[in-house]
Amino acid sequence: MSGTLPPLVEPAAELTKEEVARYSRHLIIPDVGMEGQKRLKNAKVLVIGAGGLGSPALLYLAAAGVGTLGVIDFDIVDESNLQRQVIHGQSDVGKPKAQSAKESVAEINPFVNVILHQAQLTTENALDVFRDYDLILDGTDNFATRYLVNDAAVLLGKPYVWGSIFRFEGQVSVFWEDAPNGRGLNYRDLYPEPPPPGMVPSCAEGGVLGVLCASIGSIMVTEAIKLLTGIGEPLLGRLISYDALEMKYREVKIRKDPETPKITELIDYEAFCGVVSDEAQEAASGSTITPAELKAKFDSGENFELIDVREPHEYEIVNIKGAKLIPKDRIISGEALAELPQDKPIVLHCKSGARSADALAALHRAGFKDATHLGGGVLAWAKQIDQSLPTY
Amino acid sequence: MHIHINGAEREFPDGSTVADLLTALDTPRQGVAVALDGEVVRRADWPVAVVSDGARLEILTAVQGG
Repeated sequence: MSGTLPPLVEPAAELTKEEVARYSRHLIIPDVGMEGQKRLKNAKVLVIGAGGLGSPALLYLAAAGVGTLGVIDFDIVDESNLQRQVIHGQSDVGKPKAQSAKESVAEINPFVNVILHQAQLTTENALDVFRDYDLILDGTDNFATRYLVNDAAVLLGKPYVWGSIFRFEGQVSVFWEDAPNGRGLNYRDLYPEPPPPGMVPSCAEGGVLGVLCASIGSIMVTEAIKLLTGIGEPLLGRLISYDALEMKYREVKIRKDPETPKITELIDYEAFCGVVSDEAQEAASGSTITPAELKAKFDSGENFELIDVREPHEYEIVNIKGAKLIPKDRIISGEALAELPQDKPIVLHCKSGARSADALAALHRAGFKDATHLGGGVLAWAKQIDQSLPTY
Repeated sequence: MHIHINGAEREFPDGSTVADLLTALDTPRQGVAVALDGEVVRRADWPVAVVSDGARLEILTAVQGG
């Protein structure tokens, strides 16, 4: 089943003289025209995350004349965002991302009304936040929020444009459980559950080519405009996967899976996605030291071994002096156990504390009962103890 | 028989199902979608969907980044 879908939004009553001048290149496309542009003016679109995908999405939605843009983000602009989050600039570092995004949108198009939601999207607030919008764009950075966005959209019967990115690859689609003509489906029909925790790194762990955000974000905006104005063939029921290194787009068709459990309520998404495995959490409990405690160990000349469980290229970016590099996978597989000292306590660390907790669980299992890990990883060390170190 | 998996050609025994291929490739089952000749195969059909010679298989892994 394919074909155009009816427009999501009724047209606004009119465009002002200034709006006609601004949007003239849209107005002279017959498929958009005055009517399509008036629909955009009347549209309310929520962008989840003013990060990698949210940046180009917000900029182009604003320039296109979407009348109301909601931004939900609780994060602060960090220097490491600027390589790809083009809605933020150097002078925005330290500012809330939502605020920074609002200022950029105002500069691009003062006719856009921006609504800020400076909060983390949660099971408690998701339905209230989504309710007033016609369309949602999901550009979040973690599986737990992605399933939350899906389920909340399903419960409210709202369509959403979904995009995700990693290194050189991106995926993008449109999900809408209540789509007309029996075309309804949701994210769980494609991925019933997330990969096991730790299998698929986040962009913070694995990196992302900055411009990939534009490649995928621009497809997301294209789909949003098509859905709002009811033109073209929407990406509903199709997934595009893009490989920047090969420079190839592949398309697969997705159908409703009758075995996908019906979504009836919002759940505990952290638990569903196993954000940190129970075992890792248990290992870390009571065996986590702070950066100050680690510094005290160094200062007192204590005999211990500090092991960095990140990847070699991360070690090259920044490392704690004296740390020995043994990537997590080699510890978990058991391959590196023979390289670990038996005669002194071990302290593990990674970037932010998640991977070292996983490795810690493996060490406890292997009998290294007094092993500990550094809470917050090298980032916390750089922030609290040695500010001369770069962070990433 | 020859199967194209994510663009690369591989050899598998005749009559292999999607589930057989995933096992042979040591692919985790969670967080993965499989498309056979451009259409996503429903999870319940993996053990019964027989892959024919020359088929194109896309194994997609969910990514979270944004």
